[in-house]
Amino acid sequence: MMWLPAAIVMMVCIVIAVVRIFIGPGAPTRLVAFDTTNTLVVALLVALALMFEQVVFVDVAIVYAVLSFIMTLYVARFIEGKKF
Amino acid sequence: MGALNIITYIFIIIGLFFNAVGVFGLHRFPDMYTRLHAATKCTTFGSIFLIMAVIVQSAGIWAMEGAFSSQSILSIHAVIALVALLITNATSAHAIARAAHRSGEKPARAVVDDLEGKDIDD
Repeated sequence: MMWLPAAIVMMVCIVIAVVRIFIGPGAPTRLVAFDTTNTLVVALLVALALMFEQVVFVDVAIVYAVLSFIMTLYVARFIEGKKF
Repeated sequence: MGALNIITYIFIIIGLFFNAVGVFGLHRFPDMYTRLHAATKCTTFGSIFLIMAVIVQSAGIWAMEGAFSSQSILSIHAVIALVALLITNATSAHAIARAAHRSGEKPARAVVDDLEGKDIDD
């Protein structure tokens, strides 16, 4: 199967998105890049679960998706400048 | 098994293409709103297709091996991960856009802001 080339392409995409986190001007751009990175990491984890035949990776991907969603909401609230 | 492999290949190729396009748009667009547009839409679409490829492959192995296959758990959990991704991505993109607009972020080369002063406080 082509899961190994797919995983390598996804890792290259993640590295390119992380570069935008470091060079992006301003907090909102960095948050957008971080959200993109989280989505790509979830997809990569699900692909790696089938590649290594480990079901635990998918559970990690579910928890990662929910926690990154909470983090994104928290940082967006911080950018908005409101009290919690 | 042959048709299932072909469907999996097509889904993987679509998913990788749209993920690459989303990351490319993250670097090519000028301001934050267009970057959000490119990155969120393309990455969500590509990730949906990549997880769908995993679901198709593992469900095919499940149907081939019988009821007590180890791939059944992977298939069902991948569906749960897909639903979680679908719900959280759209909501977080909306939250980012709203927070950026309320913090005073302007689009690049913007002349008129139609939402100026129309923000409804909650």
